[in-house]
Amino acid sequence: MLKDIFGKRRRYASIPSEQGKMDVPEGLMQKCKGCNKIFYRKEVKKSLHVCTNCGYHHPLTAWERIDSLFDVDTFVEWDAEISSANPLNFPDYIEKLEKDQKKTGLNEGVVTGKGLIDSHPTAFAVMDSNFRMGSMGSAIGEKIARAVENARKEEIPFIIFSASGGARMQEGVLSLMQMAKTSIAIKRFSDAGGLMISVMTHPTTGGVSASFASIGDYNFAEPGALIGFAGRRIIEQTIREKLPQDFQTAEFQLKHGQLDKVIHRKEMRNTLAQLLKLHEKGGE
Amino acid sequence: MKHVLDFEKPVVNLREKIAELKKITQDSEMDLTDEISTLEERLKVLEDDIYGNLKPWERVQMARHGERPTTLDYIERLFTDFIEFHGDRLFGDDAAIVSGIAFYKDKPVTIIGHQRGKDTKENIRRNFGMPHPEGYRKALRHMKQAEKFNRPIICFIDTKGAYPGKAAEERGQSEAIARNLMEMAGLTVPIVCIVIGEGGSGGALALGVGDHIHMLENSTYSVISPEGAAALLWKDASLAKHAAETMGITSYDLKKLHVIDEIIPEPRGGAHRDVDEQAKFIDTVLSKSLKTLATYDEEELLEKRWEKYKQIGDYTNR
Ligand SMILES: [Zn+2]
Repeated sequence: MLKDIFGKRRRYASIPSEQGKMDVPEGLMQKCKGCNKIFYRKEVKKSLHVCTNCGYHHPLTAWERIDSLFDVDTFVEWDAEISSANPLNFPDYIEKLEKDQKKTGLNEGVVTGKGLIDSHPTAFAVMDSNFRMGSMGSAIGEKIARAVENARKEEIPFIIFSASGGARMQEGVLSLMQMAKTSIAIKRFSDAGGLMISVMTHPTTGGVSASFASIGDYNFAEPGALIGFAGRRIIEQTIREKLPQDFQTAEFQLKHGQLDKVIHRKEMRNTLAQLLKLHEKGGE
Repeated sequence: MKHVLDFEKPVVNLREKIAELKKITQDSEMDLTDEISTLEERLKVLEDDIYGNLKPWERVQMARHGERPTTLDYIERLFTDFIEFHGDRLFGDDAAIVSGIAFYKDKPVTIIGHQRGKDTKENIRRNFGMPHPEGYRKALRHMKQAEKFNRPIICFIDTKGAYPGKAAEERGQSEAIARNLMEMAGLTVPIVCIVIGEGGSGGALALGVGDHIHMLENSTYSVISPEGAAALLWKDASLAKHAAETMGITSYDLKKLHVIDEIIPEPRGGAHRDVDEQAKFIDTVLSKSLKTLATYDEEELLEKRWEKYKQIGDYTNR
């Protein structure tokens, strides 16, 4: 499967990317990032942004993800008003946040809430990599911790879709501490018998992969997603060796025993629904 | 003194001069006592000036000082009957983390800490104090054991970070760190964490979820090294000094951000100048911590641990 992706990517890579870009009429058409083939945007949307030619999973926005999983009109958002402050008075940070708020329509890089997945009530968090590359700062930590606490109080499962380049540099050590904060919230939830499902999407790295994303009762990933702790370049510099092409892909992590399953996007909703059903308390 | 940092050179030069004059006075008829006392007074002022107001970048250099005491130096001075135990029972033993049990003031405790080497050979053996997953899993195994036998846990944090290597990734570096964060959250025994050198990112935090977090005055704790931050934010690693100032990585910064509980003072000129005295300073804070934590029952302990981390962070509602 993975070999296919890379094989095909090479085969279609002959179009120079700059020229390829110019060939694509903005709005109507979209080029696959995996194989460079050009598709109608409408068509891409129908296939949940998965390339029908090579299987490349293009990132979804937070709300596209919610739409792809939840029963129509059942999702209720939590804590939408929470957004980042600038605790270190970091230059340009607020401007960058405002720019991404305008770009994404989100206050921060995660949407939390609850709704029904195939009629199963579920607490939910989904990160959006379009917002500051999904980096985790205080606002994201707070929203996730609150969502987990809500799930604990309401005794419903918690599902989280991660997409993150790691920590939010501009918040320094406070961003690091969000790893602890979210993990403690999850521990409390888990000790209360709560079911947590983690789905890692492209990319899930650094502080996010080294905290909540890796401690679900089930850890899943989308095909081809980049998943790892340290960045490829840093590792290559450290060990002075070229890393294999499939290093830190979802398939690599599956092979090394770090994931329960790699799930194609079109199977995602059904798989989650099935899992929720399998964990429903019997005899009631 | 083998290792002199740039900013402390004026102090060292003056000290050498005083020593020279003392030698002359001793060896010859000439009496330089007056000159010596003048210079000694000047030295005191100079030391106050230099060591009393260390800049963040100077503290980074202190935290990285080649002679800075390590976990084992403190174990030797603070505890008795220490026995080190090895291995994660899954893959191997990671010498970048030392772990064992000992008596602290006649009470059994579990001690876990990152361990750097002091020379190249030992640094290679200990991988410069940068753990692999098996190090974190060894630590967790010992923490669970501490819980079983109702021993408090004391963690010394001193690492540039978790090792960024191929094998580390293959064996689940992320999962090992994440698991520790989660499991430390629920341990029913007191946990005291003390940053003694560099507290680098997730690799430090994986021994850092506790009831009380303290930092030696000149230690650092950060999400990324100043060099890494400079490269990432401004594409220029030479701006590390600037990054150290901007990122808020000193003990004073972390105290202000409500991340740590206490700043443990260092001897004038840094922990390496007087390891015995430094150990005493740690002892004072550590014994106070353990005394306080011993008064909580299990439920209280866990609730307070959650409350502590719950409040960390800064956000707005808009
Ligand atoms: Zn494609």
